[in-house]
Amino acid sequence: MKRLLLILCLAAAPLWAVQPDEILDDPALEARARLLSKGLRCLVCRNESIDESNAELARDLRLILRERLVAGDSDDQAVAFLVERYGEFVLLQPQVSGVNWLLWGAGPLMLLVAGGIGGLYLRRRAVAPGHSAPLSPAEKQRLDALLNDD
Amino acid sequence: MITELGHFALILAFAVAILQMLVPMIGAQARIPALMAVAEPAASAQFFLTAFAFAALTWAFVTSDFSLLLVTMNSHSAKPLIYKISGTWGNHEGSMLLWVLIVTLFGAMAAWFGGNLPQALRARVLSVQAAIAVAFFGFIIFTSNPFLRLAVPPFDGQDLNPLLQDPGLAFHPPFLYLGYVGLSMTFSFAVAALIEGRVDAAWGRWVRPWTLAAWVFLTIGIALGSWWAYYELGWGGFWFWDPVENASFMPWLLAVALLHSAIVVEKRESLKSWTILLAILAFGFSLIGTFIVRSGLLTSVHAFANDPERGVVILIILALFVGGALLLFALRAPALEAKGVFSIVSRESALVVNNLLLAVACFVVFVGTMWPLLAEMFWDRKLSVGAPFFNMAFTPFMVALGVVLPVGSAMAWKRARLGAVLWQYRGAFVLALAGMGLGYALQSGRSLIGPVGLFLAVWIITGALIDLFQRTGRGHWWRRIARLQRLPRADWGKLVAHSGLAVTMMGIAGLTAWQHEDIRVAQIGAPFAVGGYEFTLTGVTDREGPNYFATVGQVRVTRGGAFVALLEPEKRIYPVAKMPTTEAAIDYNMLRDVYVVLGDKQDQGGWAVRVYIKPLTNWIWLGCAMMALGGVLSLSDRRFRVAAGARKAKLAAASG
Repeated sequence: MKRLLLILCLAAAPLWAVQPDEILDDPALEARARLLSKGLRCLVCRNESIDESNAELARDLRLILRERLVAGDSDDQAVAFLVERYGEFVLLQPQVSGVNWLLWGAGPLMLLVAGGIGGLYLRRRAVAPGHSAPLSPAEKQRLDALLNDD
Repeated sequence: MITELGHFALILAFAVAILQMLVPMIGAQARIPALMAVAEPAASAQFFLTAFAFAALTWAFVTSDFSLLLVTMNSHSAKPLIYKISGTWGNHEGSMLLWVLIVTLFGAMAAWFGGNLPQALRARVLSVQAAIAVAFFGFIIFTSNPFLRLAVPPFDGQDLNPLLQDPGLAFHPPFLYLGYVGLSMTFSFAVAALIEGRVDAAWGRWVRPWTLAAWVFLTIGIALGSWWAYYELGWGGFWFWDPVENASFMPWLLAVALLHSAIVVEKRESLKSWTILLAILAFGFSLIGTFIVRSGLLTSVHAFANDPERGVVILIILALFVGGALLLFALRAPALEAKGVFSIVSRESALVVNNLLLAVACFVVFVGTMWPLLAEMFWDRKLSVGAPFFNMAFTPFMVALGVVLPVGSAMAWKRARLGAVLWQYRGAFVLALAGMGLGYALQSGRSLIGPVGLFLAVWIITGALIDLFQRTGRGHWWRRIARLQRLPRADWGKLVAHSGLAVTMMGIAGLTAWQHEDIRVAQIGAPFAVGGYEFTLTGVTDREGPNYFATVGQVRVTRGGAFVALLEPEKRIYPVAKMPTTEAAIDYNMLRDVYVVLGDKQDQGGWAVRVYIKPLTNWIWLGCAMMALGGVLSLSDRRFRVAAGARKAKLAAASG
């Protein structure tokens, strides 16, 4: 039911992503086109690549992409062509530039910070003797009863 | 009439929840047992009233009572009965009612089976649980009431979205909600412990079954949703890194972390404040998930119940609960001193590493999900974060987790010897390397995903087996095998769940690395070959279903001349909803799926046909099922049933 969001995109006819008539004759070129279109977003869909989307616009983008490749563009040039027209919104993999460093760095940075804190904690645990307020006799008895039961 | 009674029961349940939120808490603070005792009957009453309201709504769907706005919008008289029932939660209002029903169910379960909890803790837990229920009752009654009537009922309804009329999806939301909301129980325990200012081994033991249960349900729910996407959406993907999927995945990751850190609290009385924090965050992410799905914030074009006003209310609930709990945490956490001392090389440390990797992986998913919003708000950049980003940024953490898993899980508590553990695993390592080499040799492309998946799968499973065998102690191997069956269920649960993770990893790697795809115009009667199989479209016919029209293709699949399967992919049109769907035809097999989709009729003759050979796909869901089974095995461990034993003993003493 939650996927309704994803699905509404599919409601647009025709009910198919890549169609046989779009496929290029040159298998190497077609393979490049497929690979590139997996990383390009269908602009009217939610989070779907043009490779998966059934929308008319996605078909148009697939055709433009193939036209550029046939015209002799490199992968980067073909993608740049689309980015120029539709903005970086079209890229499913955000560019590593400007503030996006934060996005790409978030994982490694967090791992370092968390690893540092975790490492300090572990070192402290390894030396610090445990000292916490003892349980009251009644609590202690109850805890023992629970823990010793198995 | 029944509808009005249901509506009334809902409002009554709201009132009971308010009572249960206030009275037991006051009783626990002032140490008045009579007030604390209010919690249990109130929890039962709340559950039964909500269940009645939900049953009334279901009844309205089953009898197609189109005087209810919700039924008119989401149902149709010609729909099969099972989808009339599942239509109850196939919409915003009904699913919120299901959500709150499960909140009250967990509250009632804690009241019924919480006999071994100290009275004050139980009163506080139930009070916090009721507070969550109050917030959502209020949300339903004031912003999303499912019981609204129409002055002039129409002749028939507008039908449920046809894509949702599917058995896999009918049961996806209930399981997902049981998981999401199950984490509310852990949250309630955490907040109650913070209010009491004490967390000990017993707390760890009480809280673990709830987390386990929630996690099992969440695992099943996510697997069902992913399986549905695989066979229904028509291109055989199983995970799309969609915000809605991430919303369910983040609580799952944190629940896994929580499961493991609760063990440390239980066995060693360490990691207390971290466990409490995780419990708060896990439920916080459940609420964030609800918010993401229902606010339309991250989904500018399409959304389920896209209503900013409702989104704001959920955001307020989220801020109130998570903010309040975190504030309480900041005030009380310093009081939660750790007891256990352990060396850097120990099971405790290994579980810290497990938690570190899972929490950071969850953080990566969170940042990636929220980034388009943040970038637009603060830097005015409209951008997308899709599957390629997540695959690159998330996968390394899972690979790292897979590599350290067997080693960590075999370490001794307090102080372990890394060398000894590694030496014990030399065989597993060699076997895993061999698997990796085999994978590399067999494949034609250069992708590393397949070999790495093979390595991890063999490494984790062999490691888990060695670990289990080590648990049987010393002696002749045949006596040790005899001892296997006497190991605690939790040990078996660990083996099965860890192996399940390995199987899922293998499935994902296999599907990603070794899939074949073919798109073409197929002429009737003309065979074509894909990935070692031959396909022939033998005919296309029209068929009529209960509430749809279908075009059905017959595709004969053979391998080396031998018959494999006759597949019948369909294209359906649902006239009421005016929506087409594809029904892929799949020949399931543990080694590979043959997946055929029928496309449009071509003007020049022939039909568009898409064929996939998808290796190891079913391992993904088999692994999920194993993980869930491992959770259930662990849940049935004797030590979680001490309460039952204690109660029996007490009864015997009383009667004797």
